[in-house]
Amino acid sequence: MRLDARQFNLLAIAILVALAAHAPHLPLWIIAAMAFVLGARWLQRARRADLGAVPIWVRLPLTLALPAAVVAQYGNLFGREPGSVLAVGMLVLKFTESEKPRDARAAVTFACFVLMAALLFDQSLVMSGFVALALLPQIILLRALEPRDDLALKPAAATLADLRRGVPQAAFAVLGAAPLALVAFLFLPRLGEPLWGAPSPDQGRTGISDTMTPGGLAELIADDSPAFRVTFDAPAPPPPTQRYWRGLVMYHFDGTEWTHMPSPPVRDASPRFEALSAPLSYEIVLEPTQQRWLFALDLPLAAPNGAYRNAEFTLVNEKPVMDVTPYRVSSALRYRHDTLARHERQLALSLPAGYNPRLRALAAEWRSRYGEDREIVQAALALYNARFSYTLNPPPLGRDSMDDFMFETRSGYCEHFSSSFTFLMRAAGIPARVVVGYQGGYWNALGGYMVVRQSDAHAWSEIWQDGQGWVRVDPTAAVSPERVNLGSRAANAADAPWHGPEWLLALRNQWDIVNQLWNKVVVQFNALHQQNLLAQFGVDHAQWRSLAIALGAGSIVLVTLAMLWALRRDRDPGDAVDRAYRRLNRRLARAGAPRDEAEGPEAYLQRLRQRFPQAAREIEAVFARYVALRYASAQPDPAAARAFAVAVATLRVG
Amino acid sequence: MALAAAWRARRLRLVAFAERRLPALTHLRRPEALPIRLHQRRIYVLPTLFGGVFGAMLSVMALGALNYGNNPALLLTCLLGSIAFLSVLGGYRALDGLTLRGVHAAPVFAGDALQVELHFDPGNRAREALRAQLEDATVAFATARATPTRVVVGLPTQRRGLVALPRVRLWTSWPYGLFRPWSWLNPQVRLLVYPRPETFGPPPPESARDAGPRHLRESGDEYGSLREYRETDARRMIAWKASARLDRLVVREPEQIAGRELVFDFAALEGLDHEARIARLARWVLAAEEQHRPYTLATPNERLGPDVGTAHRHRCLEALALLP
Repeated sequence: MRLDARQFNLLAIAILVALAAHAPHLPLWIIAAMAFVLGARWLQRARRADLGAVPIWVRLPLTLALPAAVVAQYGNLFGREPGSVLAVGMLVLKFTESEKPRDARAAVTFACFVLMAALLFDQSLVMSGFVALALLPQIILLRALEPRDDLALKPAAATLADLRRGVPQAAFAVLGAAPLALVAFLFLPRLGEPLWGAPSPDQGRTGISDTMTPGGLAELIADDSPAFRVTFDAPAPPPPTQRYWRGLVMYHFDGTEWTHMPSPPVRDASPRFEALSAPLSYEIVLEPTQQRWLFALDLPLAAPNGAYRNAEFTLVNEKPVMDVTPYRVSSALRYRHDTLARHERQLALSLPAGYNPRLRALAAEWRSRYGEDREIVQAALALYNARFSYTLNPPPLGRDSMDDFMFETRSGYCEHFSSSFTFLMRAAGIPARVVVGYQGGYWNALGGYMVVRQSDAHAWSEIWQDGQGWVRVDPTAAVSPERVNLGSRAANAADAPWHGPEWLLALRNQWDIVNQLWNKVVVQFNALHQQNLLAQFGVDHAQWRSLAIALGAGSIVLVTLAMLWALRRDRDPGDAVDRAYRRLNRRLARAGAPRDEAEGPEAYLQRLRQRFPQAAREIEAVFARYVALRYASAQPDPAAARAFAVAVATLRVG
Repeated sequence: MALAAAWRARRLRLVAFAERRLPALTHLRRPEALPIRLHQRRIYVLPTLFGGVFGAMLSVMALGALNYGNNPALLLTCLLGSIAFLSVLGGYRALDGLTLRGVHAAPVFAGDALQVELHFDPGNRAREALRAQLEDATVAFATARATPTRVVVGLPTQRRGLVALPRVRLWTSWPYGLFRPWSWLNPQVRLLVYPRPETFGPPPPESARDAGPRHLRESGDEYGSLREYRETDARRMIAWKASARLDRLVVREPEQIAGRELVFDFAALEGLDHEARIARLARWVLAAEEQHRPYTLATPNERLGPDVGTAHRHRCLEALALLP
């Protein structure tokens, strides 16, 4: 038995959606090539079905080209990306040889696997929703493979008819299976340790990196995806000017690039700073960064589990953050450092020789003119404020980039300002360093949390002041106060057309709540949540055994319910007259005179006459209609049946 | 292919084992009276080969999702597993409550296939993608709600006589082909198979006697040589006057044919073995019917005729079929 045109069309759709699920992360040319093969095969089958499967002399080169293409693109055959290309490619190749229902079933099986593989790249709500929808064509195809006798329609019309009829059926199947799926999902024991290696890092994502060059953050600022979300223990978030999420501290400057050098963990409990304000506690849910650093407001008082604090009091995770990772931190927003170690002071004053002579000269002049460090800082900030402008599209800079920036172009954004300011301070003999992280965050009042986006990436400076320790100075704020007060969005509005209008932002922030919920409830669900779930039912320390019991019990309940559904008898809905008569019976039963199971209309009417003497005439009229419709003719007149239904609806009993 | 064959063999062994061990199954081996209604105690379910492969793929997916701690993927796997598992119920509902009301088959000659008509009553449920299997022949059908449905399955025959209808296997792989619910029906039905007429042989013997029809004519019975009109009759043979009187079409038998009687006597065929005699008699019956000539069949048990027509033909062939 061969696939007919209708089944073949449905197969094409089923494979196409599986391909589409991988489109976001596959190179364009590979997607295009696969779509071409898919389309060519579909055309061939639609035009010349008699030719059968694509001959081996076409399929064999295609089969060999697939691994070649993977190697050409990725350099090897193994790993997550190459694997997904191979899987999708094999599915498309299966399509070229699909002629029988058996082939179609094999393709559906494999398409389900390919759809799952798409979720390994993107666990977001959108992708998960797409994959769930992509199941519908698979289900519709499987149904269409069962024998049917209504094949009179043309292929295209039959395909559409199948889809129209199949979508509700398939949706019913998916929704009906959802409770059982949920129970299985909740109680399926999770693996403590992976059986084989976790997927390779995802290079595609951008995030803050451990080097900073002028212009390097521009790409990040264009990225509007969430970096992390924060919920505070306090009801209100800190004010915008205090939302400095420190990530990396950079000491080393080679003339063009600031570099972060990993510093050793500070294991001893003794704090080297004094907290001057009450600790602020909050939880951060960090999106995957493939990097080890974590973010926290100012100085975290302790490191969360699985992470440590380093000498600069930034947080470092022990493993790269591959998944959405939650962690709790308490921070001091006001603090005083004790002392600056000698080597730290050296690091914080070092400058590459032979760069930016004019800036060095300016620093020397200021040093001789002003006695106090504070005055030098003031002078620098006043200079920024008076002469500089904030833009995301600064003019290019030459070899002495800081000289060019300070004396020629005078426009730029956070990286330029923090970089030049730090350079200037060091040249003037004030220990200074660059800090990279995020500044700001959108407070989602509806969801009660703050979302910090990649576009909030920021760089600022810290200078050492004896008696105070490291003090944050944000030169960008001197140029563009709204960058700090109103956030990156307000500051970049002129340069950043990718930020939509206000209402779009509101919509996006509400959408973010849903994503946040999805992340919290589904993506981050793990063995610990599982145990908490069972703990509510009095099971502490849920092990495989108790999980298996919960899984079994839940499944049995749901499967029993489903079996009751399956075993239920079909009620004969009857015709319109029957339905109206049943309705009449229900109304009379509510009025206090239910009909006996075996009571005929005449006997019932007798009883009703006595029960409702005042409405006897109306009731008699309705019953007369019923008797005439049901017993006087074999086929009741539709108009009379409708009139009877109306009479039932308008009858007033007692 | 080898895998499929092996799977098939294993499945058949498993089914045979289940039938040996399960009393509910073994009692279904005894013939039952019609109507037969399918219910949960006689519907059995096993996964198909596709179901097994799909299940294996689900296990791989679950393992992968668990290994990567990828919850959306695990949720997808659980969803697919639930959909697949619950599809058993869809298939079960396609069979549950289906009633076999009757079985009919027009007799055929031994060696031809009986066209067995199975009359199903679907009850108040539309049922899709059902399969009725009789020995090696399978017919797919669907039923609309409350619409009795007739399904015709070919059943090859070898021997004349009464054939007990073999067990009917009713199955479906609805809705996704993952599971196969099935039920055996063993209706107590015997179907008649006529003996196979011999292909070549001598023509029907002309009788020496000359009695019957002429005798009728002599007694003045004007209608003695009239008979019912058949579609193959030429128009000129129609006796219009008589037809008008009787209010139905009758034809006048040609004198020379109506005048002679054919007698096919089992005992007269000496020198042939038992089955060859039956085959020859069957051919003669058919030949006489072709010429519309009345004939008499004499078997060791009974004497039929003289007569001609469908009913007589059936009686004669049945008598031959049922000879020991």
